[in-house]
Order: sequence, then structure tokens, then C-alpha cells
Amino acid sequence: MTKKFKNKTLAWLDYRLPIFSVLREALVDHPTPRNLNYWWNFGSLAGITLVIMIVSGLLLSMHYVAHVDLAFDSVEHIMRDVNYGWLLRYIHSVGSSMFFLIVYIHISRGLYYGSYKSPREVLWWLGIIIFFLMIITAFLGYTLPWGQMSFWGATVITNLFSAIPLIGDNIVTWLWGGFSIDNPTLNRFYSLHFLIPFIIVGVVFLHIVALHKFGSNNPTGIDLTLKQEKIPFHPYYTVKDFFGYGVFFIIFGIFVFFLPNLLGHPENYIPADPFVTPEHIIPEWYFLPFYAILRAIPFKLLGVLAMLGSILILFVLPWLDTCKVRSCRFRPIYKQFYWIFIFNFIVLGWVGSKVPEGHYLIISRICTAYYFTHFLIILPILGMFEKTLPVPLNIFKNPKTKKN
Amino acid sequence: MIKKFFFIIFSFFFLIPNLFAEEAMSLKKQNWSFEGIFGRYDNSTLQRGLQIYQEVCSACHGMKRLRFRELRDLGFTDGQIKIYAETFEILDGPNELGEMFLRPGEPSDTFVSPYKNKEEAKAAFGGAYPPDLSLLTKAIKNGPNYIYSLLTGYEESPPKGFELTDGLYYNPYYDGKVIAMPPPLYDNAIEYIDGTNASLDQLSYDIVHFLNWAAEPKLQQRKSLGLKVLLFLIVLTLLLYVTMKEIWSRIEK
Repeated sequence: MTKKFKNKTLAWLDYRLPIFSVLREALVDHPTPRNLNYWWNFGSLAGITLVIMIVSGLLLSMHYVAHVDLAFDSVEHIMRDVNYGWLLRYIHSVGSSMFFLIVYIHISRGLYYGSYKSPREVLWWLGIIIFFLMIITAFLGYTLPWGQMSFWGATVITNLFSAIPLIGDNIVTWLWGGFSIDNPTLNRFYSLHFLIPFIIVGVVFLHIVALHKFGSNNPTGIDLTLKQEKIPFHPYYTVKDFFGYGVFFIIFGIFVFFLPNLLGHPENYIPADPFVTPEHIIPEWYFLPFYAILRAIPFKLLGVLAMLGSILILFVLPWLDTCKVRSCRFRPIYKQFYWIFIFNFIVLGWVGSKVPEGHYLIISRICTAYYFTHFLIILPILGMFEKTLPVPLNIFKNPKTKKN
Repeated sequence: MIKKFFFIIFSFFFLIPNLFAEEAMSLKKQNWSFEGIFGRYDNSTLQRGLQIYQEVCSACHGMKRLRFRELRDLGFTDGQIKIYAETFEILDGPNELGEMFLRPGEPSDTFVSPYKNKEEAKAAFGGAYPPDLSLLTKAIKNGPNYIYSLLTGYEESPPKGFELTDGLYYNPYYDGKVIAMPPPLYDNAIEYIDGTNASLDQLSYDIVHFLNWAAEPKLQQRKSLGLKVLLFLIVLTLLLYVTMKEIWSRIEK
């Protein structure tokens, strides 16, 4: 199993500390299905984005000041006085949107090809944990510039904890570090915003360890048993990932250099003012579907529970989906429900940006109900009754014809 | 069948916003030279804008994030900037005696706001304080066109049945249509140093141009770097694509 390194120093070191052979197994030799399509690029894209966010964030932290009187000014100082500070900040703020876009696609791919099914449940769980940590990090990070939307977004979200019976208000005070959102709040948000990305890095490592245990799923969703079905990760998937990076960086670059403020809110260029509430308090686009679920329900506590539940339900997805066939390719009915689900999620995001009144409220309620119906009713029942198409024995066989 | 279904659903999805469209004044759109991928600021427009700010706006509005040295972007020389900065008095200190003192401005100083703080401004204007202009065009959706529309959109007499309190002004572009700021610009409000005809449209265009530069001074640098980066990335990505095809051809035969 262990090929020896030709370089004697390397071989000596690796014999005592096997980092090189571990890296070689993971990044060079790792047998990977040869039929992966471009949707499998998004895992490594998410990885590179995490690195970009940490590096740009670290450089920003050298100039940022976490103080209610100085935070806004320090961000403008970065934009105006720091060499290429505008580039750093736009990379970091656009990067958060890009990160969520990629992760949403990555999750959608998992849903389409059944990547969450046995034996990859723990891999799926770790992914959800990363997603959850990302949500927290992004929320904390958005408060740091201390603009109007930062302040009021933080107000709305921290106030959600007051919905907890009996101790809710105490928890909110504890989170704030005082009786209102003030300097202690900003300070702790900054600390945590700095810390959590490194926890994400840790979970990403576990995610990769779990991935390499059974290897990547593939578009057919079948377990690969033949040797010819797999190819070494390097050079085939390294070069494919690099090509993916290229395409991604072009899109990233278009936003950073030409549309840097398109995905943000203009109000956040107004310094935070606790006495002036913005007309609409809207989170960043990537939170809108969950924000819609929160506001679709008239009771605060139930709304918070529904919002949390909409993410937590993903943990039990491997058991809610009772169908043994993984890939949508061989599940004609689930495939249609899959696209309805995606469409429903986009509509949720759209109503999330509107004031929850009239038509919008009705739409958000229907969509919220459908979101949970998909997981709790459609998926379990579908697994029992859906007639799946014949699944091939290996990736070289055409499943639709019985010959071959 | 599924495709038809989605076509219907998606067309519905795009129709919905129009069904619920809210009534809003459409803004007067201008061709700003700083828009688009080749967007650039125009120096003479910026200089005229500075003159308007200096002679009109700065009576009430500050621009505290701007430093005199940044006027280099407008095409001024360091010497000119130094002389300009010296015309302002800056509160500095404390000195060795522990006292604050006034000194002439230096290029590294920021623009001087007309009021010491928000409270003083509020007191002077009966509660409605004039906002700092440094970031204005970025702090409003579609900022440049909005401010242009606002400046040129004052109407002398409000429509019939519209009650206007004394000391307030009617402007259909402003939220609530009633604004406390008197019309700041009008034809020939100032006399341009460069002799340009100072019509209301010209004045409004110039000041918005200047305000956008103040809010986004690195725009030119950003866009020109962006073009180079994108060009590089496109070439790199094409090369990576060819490399990928070449490597994968080893097993796809």
C-alpha cells in the first residue's frame, strides 16, 4: 500500500510522520469515479472559497477596529486608505455570497444524486454542520461594519432568542453582554466571527475523511465495484477542479470588480443609528428562504422553531427518503418533485425579500408548508410506491436497454 | 410534460412582481461616464462638482471621509491642494499647554463639516439634519440617478389638495414627497470657473458625478484592474480547459 518516496529525506520523515503519504493518498492516488460531471466541482470550489475568505478576512482584521464608534470608519479607512483595501473588502463581502451560492449548488447536487444515502449519512451530517456554521459566521460578519443593516439585522436575529419561554429574555441579555446591542455585542461577534471559520476548517477535514471512506458518489448513484470504474484523483480531477476554479474566478471577478455592491444593501453604507429603524430590515439574499419561513408563522416561537427545523430536518433526510435507489436518473417521479422543491425554495427566497403582508404572506405560508411536506410526506411515501427505472450494474452499461 | 410545467410556473414567477408592482416615481436616468466596465470619472466634471459642493452644499452638508490629498484624483497638483487646504481652519491639539488651537489645513486633513456634530446640526435645522455626503450615492438604491432626480425634481407648487407645511418643499422623488431641504440648485446658482453654462441639469449632473467619486474614489482603479484580471483569467481558464481535455483524452479513447 505504501509506495516509498524516492527522496531519502522525504522517506525518512514520512516513515516517522506520514503526512506525505496521507496527502498522496488523498490528493493524488485517491480512486475516484470516472463518470463525475461538473456538479462534482462544487465541493472543491467551496474549499477554495473558504481559503479565500479566511485569507482576505485575516488581512482585513489587521485594519478593522471592533468598536461601535470606530468600526464603520475603519471599514471606510480600509476602502480609501489601505493599499488595495477596497479589493480585500469587496473580495470578502462578495465572497460570502459566492460561498453560499456554491454551497447551495453543492447541497442541491447531493439531493439530486442521493449522496446522503447509506453509507454516506455522516458525510451528509458533517456537511449540514458546515452549512450551519457558515450561516452563523455570515450573520456575525455582516454586523461588523456597523452600518444600519448590520445593527438592525443583529437586533432582529438576537431577539429571536427571546421567543424561548421563561429564560428567553435572559438569554438575549447574555448574548448582547448588556441590556442593548452595544460595544460588548460587537466585540464578541468579532471574536466569534474570527473563530468559527477555523472550526469550519476542522469540520471540512472530517467531511473529507468521511468522503474518502467510501469515495465520491457518482451520477448513476450505484456502488462502484470494478477497478476500471475509478481513476486516480490526480491528474484527472485536479485538472478538472482547476478548470472549475478558473470559471468560478471569472464570475467572482465580475462581481468584485464591476458589481461589488449589487448583492448588498445600500442602507449598510449609513452608520448604525439605534434611534432610526430602516424601513425594511432584510437579511442578505442567502438567508431569505429561511427568513421567509420564520415570518410565515404568526407565533414567534413557532416561527423560530420552523426556521431551525427547516435546516435540522436535513439531518434525518437519509431516513425520510426511503428509496434505495440513489440517483434521480432512475427515479422519474422523484425527479419532478426535486425540481418543484428547488423552485419552491427559490420562491421562498423571493417572498423573504418582501414585506409579509397580503399575497406575499399567503405565498410564504404555502411554500413553507410545501417545504416540510416534501421531506415529511412526499419523500417517505415516494420511496414506497415509486417505480424506479432499472439500475445498471456498473457505469459502463446503459441502464435503459437490457442488452449489453 | 415536466418542461411545459416549468415553463408555466416560471412565467408565472416572472409575472408576479408586475402584478404586485408598487407605485413609485421612475427616476430620470442619466448616462454617467463612470458606469459600465470601462467606466471613468471625468476630471473637469469632478472639478465643477467640487466647486458646487464648496459654494452651495458645504453650507449645510459635511464630507468628513474625504481628505484634501484625494483631490489629486481630480487633476489638481500637490501645490494647488496645499493652497486649497490652507484656506480651511482645523481644530487641533492639545498643545504643550494643554489647549486646543486652530491651524491652517494640510493635505492630510479631512474636509471640514459645517457642524461639530449631529446634534448641533439637528438643533440648527429643527430636527431634520443634513446628512454627511461622503457615502451618499452608495447609501441609496440607484444613488446617482436618485440624487439627480431629486435635485432637478422640485416642483414650485404641489398638486391640488396636497397640504404643505411652511418651511417644507414638494419633491415627488423624495420619500413622502415632502422634503426639508430647500431647492439647493437652480439655473445659474453659481458661476463656473471654467465658464460652463450653469443650467440646473448641468449643475445636478456635475455634483452627482462628484458625489459618486467621493463615495467610490477607487472606482477607476477597480475597473481598470478588473479588466486586466478578467482578461488574464479568461486566457488561463481556456488553457486549463485545453489541458483538461488533453489529460482526459488519455482515458476517453
